[in-house]
Amino acid sequence: MAQPLKRSNAPFFWLLFGAGGTLAALIGPMLVFLTGVGAPLDLVSADLLDYARVLALSRHWLAKAFLFATVTLFLWHAMHRIFHTLHDFGVHAGAGLKILCYGTALAGTVIAAWALLAVGF
Amino acid sequence: MSTPRTYLRPMRGWWRENPFLLRYMVREVTAVLVAAYALVLLAGLACLALGAPSYAAWLRFLKHPFTVGFHVVTLLVFLYHTWSWFEIMPKTMPAVFVGRYRLPGAAITAAGLAAAVLCCLALLGVALWLSR
Repeated sequence: MAQPLKRSNAPFFWLLFGAGGTLAALIGPMLVFLTGVGAPLDLVSADLLDYARVLALSRHWLAKAFLFATVTLFLWHAMHRIFHTLHDFGVHAGAGLKILCYGTALAGTVIAAWALLAVGF
Repeated sequence: MSTPRTYLRPMRGWWRENPFLLRYMVREVTAVLVAAYALVLLAGLACLALGAPSYAAWLRFLKHPFTVGFHVVTLLVFLYHTWSWFEIMPKTMPAVFVGRYRLPGAAITAAGLAAAVLCCLALLGVALWLSR
């Protein structure tokens, strides 16, 4: 008797990969410019990433959701892609590699959730 | 029983032999810098939660010339990610039909790139508004 097909967890990871890739494609360049180049060189406005301003921002539910989605989806996107691209460099997908890649993304998700809860509301 | 010693074609550097495969590889490897940038942001969030001194240390890290250089490279890689993400989108999403006609791939790519420009401008507007 034919075994019923085992449900795959691939669509779940692929969904996170697609969501993260789309978010990175839509806002990534400007976000990197703002936090990585504009803010440190004071190109946009003085002290764009000022502590009090960013702290107040991170306490707003909408900014919390944005920051959480950005950090975690970028990570899930990147770790999924790295997991599958390592195959092309001769490192073949296995349970260990899968745990390492998705585990990194999961750890980042937990840390982001903790930080965004710890800054208060 | 001994295992048969079959010939295995060496696969080293297979992607360097064809511009299409090279583009594929560059596209996939952008993920390394996307991950690195996500970790920089994650460190910022953690430092924010740990308090003002930690956050100040993170800002000093951002101002270091090496970090700025890293972000300039990351910015170029993200621009390539945006381009390549929408370039392949006609192949990664289900076909879209307008009436009887299938929407051409170039239209999907153009719409995606236009959306990215709008989203980036909106994000810049929000950042300017927040720091007014």
